[in-house]
Amino acid sequence: MSDVYIIGAGIHRFGRTPERTGLQQGAYAVRAALAGAGLSWSDIQFAYGGSDAAGKADTMVSELGLTGVQFINVANGCATGGSAMFGAYTTIKSGEFDLGIAVGFDKHPRGAFDPKPAEWGLPEWYGETGLMLTTQFFAMKIQRYMAAHGITAPTLARVAEKAFENGALTDHAWRREAVDAETILSSTMVSDPLTKFMFCSPAEGAVALIFASEKRARELGLPAVRLRAAAVRSRPPGSFEVFSPALTIERGPSPTVIASRAAFEMAGVAPGDIDVAQLQDTESGAEIMHMAENGFCADGEQEAWIAERRTHIGGQLPVNTDGGCLACGEPIGASGLRQVYENYRQLTGQAEARQVPGDPRLGYSHVYGAPGVSGVAIVERA
Amino acid sequence: MRDAPPPIDDRLLTIDPNGRITLLAGRDRETGAIVFPAPNDAERFEEVTLPRTGTLWSWTVQRFRPKSPPYAGPDAFEPYAVGYVALGNAVIVEGRLTGAALDGFAIDMPMRLVPEPFTLNDGSTRLSFAFAPIGAAA
Repeated sequence: MSDVYIIGAGIHRFGRTPERTGLQQGAYAVRAALAGAGLSWSDIQFAYGGSDAAGKADTMVSELGLTGVQFINVANGCATGGSAMFGAYTTIKSGEFDLGIAVGFDKHPRGAFDPKPAEWGLPEWYGETGLMLTTQFFAMKIQRYMAAHGITAPTLARVAEKAFENGALTDHAWRREAVDAETILSSTMVSDPLTKFMFCSPAEGAVALIFASEKRARELGLPAVRLRAAAVRSRPPGSFEVFSPALTIERGPSPTVIASRAAFEMAGVAPGDIDVAQLQDTESGAEIMHMAENGFCADGEQEAWIAERRTHIGGQLPVNTDGGCLACGEPIGASGLRQVYENYRQLTGQAEARQVPGDPRLGYSHVYGAPGVSGVAIVERA
Repeated sequence: MRDAPPPIDDRLLTIDPNGRITLLAGRDRETGAIVFPAPNDAERFEEVTLPRTGTLWSWTVQRFRPKSPPYAGPDAFEPYAVGYVALGNAVIVEGRLTGAALDGFAIDMPMRLVPEPFTLNDGSTRLSFAFAPIGAAA
């Protein structure tokens, strides 16, 4: 069994790119990763790739080259990118191959994500009467959390303010203008307590990561990170998830809690060891709750953490250093890989204007989505 | 509500002669778990009715018109409150909230089940359900 390294990473700018299909953005990210590592497509022995709504990843071989590469498509909803990475990780670890790629991309139209009750096993009345909205779920989860743990609305606004501040420093971000907390707080209310600027939007973008065995990574001698843990977990009993007409009285932990514990155990490190974290921020409240669900603080401590700017670049634990989903938007197939891309850039000292100071060693990423799935990866500077 | 419109779904609720509604659920014959809405599987689940009162578990307000489909309400839109209500020790049910101003709800508020006529965009009306603060006029 080999240790697994990420030795290259490419990205296609997030946001809206009318002139390129999702697949073309995926191929662009692959080429960018290869060029950065000085490799060619014919060096790649295997690929895992996927999108949620922008086509079949393996068809990009017609653009990248018909090398006969083993290319496996991944379709796992919000965990598509995380699952592609997990495939690459286990393939290298098993010793089957020593150089491969994971690619995720997507292209969602404005206002995408219009779910149909039947596809979720739900009766029509649930959609007809206006209960089937992801925004309501996010709002009600943070509403209850705020009441239970003393989180205030200005803290929600400060999370979004930080996201746009970091996005302004990030080439691949979509939203690149700072927005102050007062503007965020007083923008149009979408679903109380969350305003328009506290939600991320469906978007476009692509990310490719190159994985290598330890031996191959050493031979290549490129800037690299070692993948210390990769865990994908589905929901345990009692977790609160989107599109739930009812919940059990006895509540339980989220899939994030169990994925996080598994990853920390696999890596043999603790939350206090992490130097930079990318946490799922579908909306501001999600970042706050995920700080605790991933073990970085106790419930309620976020109020002080955020007031003291501890999650800013330069703080004790910088969170979502590229602006996260709030500033980058959320192309489902690419979003989880973007987080790992960002950690790769940070740990190899290539994060430019948004570089976390002090030579960060350990990076943590956490993607979460419907219907209750979380993927966590921990990488270490090699 | 003596001339109550027909239920929006026959498996969702029943209406008694006084216009009072009851939510239907399923109880897993093996584990005893209560499942709402009632699954269409009589072998595994027996039909049970849910308590009519409870406490507000969480809430929000739907401020913009949801997309159609699946939303089937009229084109003219009024914001509405939505919440989860813990019904005794049975289950926590999601539904529209009524009987108070949009900002008049708070977690742990005692709530009761009320009938909620729902107008579809074809102009017909069906009976759905909502929760109102106990003490508020329905």
